[in-house]
Amino acid sequence: MAKKEYAFYPGCSSQLRGSASNYLVSVNTMCEKLDVKLTPIPDWNCCGASISYAAAGELTRHVMTARNFALAEQHLPGQDIVATCAACWLGGRETKDKLDASSQMMADTNEALKEAGLHYKAEAQMRHMVEVLVEDIGYEEMKKPMVKSLEGAKIAGYVGCQTNRPFGIAGESFENPLYLDKLVETMGGEALTKYEQKVTCCGGSLAFSEPAKSQKQIRDIVESAYDHGAEMIVTPCPLCQANVEIYQSEINRKQGTKLAMPVVYYSQLMAVAYGGNAKQAGLDGQVIPSKKLDEIAAKVVPVATK
Amino acid sequence: MSDMKTAAYLCTGCGIGERLSAAQLAKVAEREGKMHLVRQHAFLCSSGGVQLIRDDLEREGVTHLMIAACSRRAKTEAFHFPNTAMSRANLREGVIWSQPDTEEARETTQEMADDYVRMGCAEVKKMKLPAGNPDLGHARRLLVVGGGISGMTAALEASRAGYRALMVEKSGSLGGWAARLHKRTAFREPYTDPADTGVGEMIAALQSDPNIEIVLNASIAKTDGAPGRFKVEIAVESGSARTEDVGAIVQATGFSTYDAAKLPEFAYGKTPNVVDQAGLERLAREAGANPIRRPSDGGEVKSVVFVQCAGQRDDSGIHLPYCSGFCCATSIKQAMYFKDANPAVDTAVIYTDLRVPGNGEDFYRSAQSKGVTFTKGKVTGVEPGGNQCKVSFRDLILDEDTAISDVDLVVLATGQVPNSGVNIGDPEDAVADAEVKPISILNLSYRQGPDLPQLKYGFTDSHFICFPYETRRTGIYAAGPVRRPMDIAQATEDATGAALKGIQAMENAHAGRAAHPRSGDLSFPIVRLDGCTQCKRCTVECPFGAIDEDEKTYPVFNESRCRRCGTCMGACPVRVISFENYSVDTVGAQIKAVEVPDEFSEKPRILVLACENDAYPAIDMAGMQKNVYSAFVRVIPVRCLGSVNAIWITDALTCGYDGIMMMGCKHGDDYQCHFVKGSELASVRMSKIGDTLTQMSLETERVATYEVAITDMARVPRLIDEYAAVINKIGMSPLKGFA
Amino acid sequence: MGNMTELNEQALAKYRNSFLHEVEERVEEGDWVKMCMQCGVCAGSCTFGPHWEHSPQKIFMMIRAGKREEVLRSDSMWMCTSCYNCVVRCPRKLPITQIMHGLAQYAHRLGVAPKMQPTRDLSLIFWNNCIKTGRVNELRFTLSLYFKDGLMAGIRQALSMQSIALALLMAKRLNPLEFFKGHECKDKAGIHRMLKKAQEIESRRQGAHK
Repeated sequence: MAKKEYAFYPGCSSQLRGSASNYLVSVNTMCEKLDVKLTPIPDWNCCGASISYAAAGELTRHVMTARNFALAEQHLPGQDIVATCAACWLGGRETKDKLDASSQMMADTNEALKEAGLHYKAEAQMRHMVEVLVEDIGYEEMKKPMVKSLEGAKIAGYVGCQTNRPFGIAGESFENPLYLDKLVETMGGEALTKYEQKVTCCGGSLAFSEPAKSQKQIRDIVESAYDHGAEMIVTPCPLCQANVEIYQSEINRKQGTKLAMPVVYYSQLMAVAYGGNAKQAGLDGQVIPSKKLDEIAAKVVPVATK
Repeated sequence: MSDMKTAAYLCTGCGIGERLSAAQLAKVAEREGKMHLVRQHAFLCSSGGVQLIRDDLEREGVTHLMIAACSRRAKTEAFHFPNTAMSRANLREGVIWSQPDTEEARETTQEMADDYVRMGCAEVKKMKLPAGNPDLGHARRLLVVGGGISGMTAALEASRAGYRALMVEKSGSLGGWAARLHKRTAFREPYTDPADTGVGEMIAALQSDPNIEIVLNASIAKTDGAPGRFKVEIAVESGSARTEDVGAIVQATGFSTYDAAKLPEFAYGKTPNVVDQAGLERLAREAGANPIRRPSDGGEVKSVVFVQCAGQRDDSGIHLPYCSGFCCATSIKQAMYFKDANPAVDTAVIYTDLRVPGNGEDFYRSAQSKGVTFTKGKVTGVEPGGNQCKVSFRDLILDEDTAISDVDLVVLATGQVPNSGVNIGDPEDAVADAEVKPISILNLSYRQGPDLPQLKYGFTDSHFICFPYETRRTGIYAAGPVRRPMDIAQATEDATGAALKGIQAMENAHAGRAAHPRSGDLSFPIVRLDGCTQCKRCTVECPFGAIDEDEKTYPVFNESRCRRCGTCMGACPVRVISFENYSVDTVGAQIKAVEVPDEFSEKPRILVLACENDAYPAIDMAGMQKNVYSAFVRVIPVRCLGSVNAIWITDALTCGYDGIMMMGCKHGDDYQCHFVKGSELASVRMSKIGDTLTQMSLETERVATYEVAITDMARVPRLIDEYAAVINKIGMSPLKGFA
Repeated sequence: MGNMTELNEQALAKYRNSFLHEVEERVEEGDWVKMCMQCGVCAGSCTFGPHWEHSPQKIFMMIRAGKREEVLRSDSMWMCTSCYNCVVRCPRKLPITQIMHGLAQYAHRLGVAPKMQPTRDLSLIFWNNCIKTGRVNELRFTLSLYFKDGLMAGIRQALSMQSIALALLMAKRLNPLEFFKGHECKDKAGIHRMLKKAQEIESRRQGAHK
């Protein structure tokens, strides 16, 4: 398979020692095995996320995102932009749709970008890493680099909100998207397809501002995974991962529960299946380690069984 | 019948030969059925098999056929011998498919088949080939009563199909309500704006059509006869009268608006600024291209409120209990009159449920994007004050009492009341005591009354699910809002259907054939008057008013009004009414032909009388799906449960049957009976059977009535088995061996 | 920002009798409000639904009913978690999430949003944090959030969350040194110029709606 190249938008949380830095580590391992080359957009800036709406007007938010688009078009012409964070991707899609639909908004955006010496040509496409996997690579190709199976590990696929709504992955339903389960099965794990909190909201950024309300969501998400016999939760979203993983101790402290459900990224599962060790799969970044995944990662496999 | 030659054909295909002993069946047909000719064939519905039968008809002079093969509902094209009396024994769906293919079941399965062969032989020997209707009518002109959208559509459609139409309109002009509209609701792509009514063009088309004659200012003084030979007296306002021959009638007498004066709480009549929807159309027409002005002082209209369900969907019992269906879209349209002229006018529609059938949802969205405000609420009152009103309402979303003030115009959506004429279902004394005597529209000379029977709220009865156009008077079709509330688009479609039904009725009358659901049936009820006791049951109970009475109160049958349900036959206490191919004897002989084992056999016999329209197909389909049921039942299809004569029940019981299941259609206001009243009459009759059973010292459980739908293929076997368990519990009939 | 300018007041005068028109012209995606058909699916699909004083369905109705103060002063819109469940389920395809954000922003712009609303504070702190260097400084962001209500409150908050912070630190997902210098864009100046311009255009456009 020919090398695939993308302009990469890592987003703030994926930066070195950021809250999703282990996500980036695993994505890099995964992409290397899949022969996918990610080139970070030079001098990219924060997308503004979903929460900046109170402070920033619509145009201002679009301008922030359009700067990244313009930089990508300038430095990495012809390459699709790929984001790993749900909110970054969603924000990008929204900006692109809005600017495509309104010549006024496009003109205003470029007027502002001019101040930074940039111009947005509306050429670049905004993609999520999951879209790259599902649409550009496909499940069959994803199997090829596998050197070990996840050995039927029981995994609850937690898709969450923003990778799923309002845009979602083409061909998937909003109420029951299946790609994460298929991905788990492709890697040899057991997808807990009846897991009913698959698309429940974890509270998003309101985990900061409305902790009690969000922690109720998180508790439901984790407890349902336990109910279905899950050994870990897998998610494509860094905010979902962080919220669902790190607040479990808070919930335990306040509510006397004993939650300790590992929450990992799909890319970590793939990095492990592709033979990456714990470090390469970003497993050292877990606040709640996944014993199961650590064990599989540690297992030495005879060379080239595939 | 000396010239009767009978023949039985046993098919051994579809697994019948493997599951049953054909030799045994042949012996039954020959020895017990006394068939002159008995033949077997491995594939009877094949061209070879059919040819075998044809050859016998031709060379052997066979007059009566008994085919023992699949259900009478299957292979009807192959087994089509129109000039021969024929019965069918259902060995496939009714026996081998509904019984388990096991060694233990072999004996009872064979017994079932033997009985069906006996029954088929007995039935066919009692059948005659229908000789055809002597009461033909050949008028092929359609009478249309009412010159509104529905009536005009019916006349034009009849003309386009090549038939002449005679239109009688009460008023001095055509067009009805539609002619009084400013615009009509959107009725075609993209459903965004009010449209021209097109009434002018329609009237012009009608007036220039050589096939259509129009009589204005006229009413129907008398309607006599039957499809194909109606004689109609038309009374013209000027005093002249004429009699016309017509073949069928479309009654399109439309609706009146519900009287808004009955809504004083909404200030109707207290201020000219409160109008009903018809009133707003008048204002819009008067204004023409100019903005609509406030009626009280001609002031500018800045705020309009539309009150939905005014005097409708009322559960207090005072106003109309039903939804008229068209009024939400009408208010949307009328709000657009204002918004399209001046977007600054505030228009609020206060509704409890916005109902816009058809493509009305697009129209609704269009109004929203034009800025019409829709508020879910219930209006509690309208208070006039000066030239403006205050509309108070309960906001059903915010759950609070609130009001809109300074409203210039209030429009009440009051709904449709059908112009149906006399309700012949009303008790006579109630009619006599009524303050305002209802005026008949058709003035039918029928024994059962002068107008079409009604179902509810004054709307004409029609078989809502299966045959919406049919009324309970063959050859007379209700179209438009007299049948149910509707808008112009629906009325147009409705009237087109009614015109086509009228044409069909005329052609049927011409050929002497029955209308639905026994379309094409040439049999008709024959009465032996020398045995008649003038009890009037048949004339009173006929669901279609087909039977009149002569001066001595003997029944007078009008064949082309008849639907061939046999309700008269079921009603007749002296059994003098029958059809040539369906009679007290054809069914009675089948009942008696079944071999009833003795009391100690542990083999009860259960007779199932099943409606041929729903229950019998459901039992057939149960067989097709291999839904097994008791081997002790013997099923006889009947045209309608209404045709079941009590003698069949007593005959069966005296023959030693252990139980009788009667399966008919749902009755009541949401009936499914194809003959409207048949299953209801049967259930009334059977409610009295208990006395008979007690007199015979039998348990009341021995006769049971069931409502069965055509979709009940899983439920019917369950009902049968449950009933068989009941019989098992109460024990075998003590009457065995006495017949 | 925060207080109604004179320009705004003039512009608002003509809306006094019709809050719906005001929303249509001045709130992001506000022209969709009139298309709501009051089915209530949004209310039943909302993550924090029970915590909204007025559900989106009711807010749309209140806008039509002219309840300007009640809507804009409400803290309901601030309960939105941006989960977009209402958006994908709305049979009329209203961008409900965006409208809720738009209303929240409009209320904030007019200075009538509820004081001490934690999500509003979060939003402001996040934005200020991210535009400062072009990228979010997670540590400083978190700390500003804790200390927004004063020193003591901040210390209490920080203490209660210290186990989490420690865990993240251990997992190398939090960098204490970020307090002094975090990730940042090279062209900070360009970004600042660009944003200034965008805000300038935006107020020009807002003023243009007369």
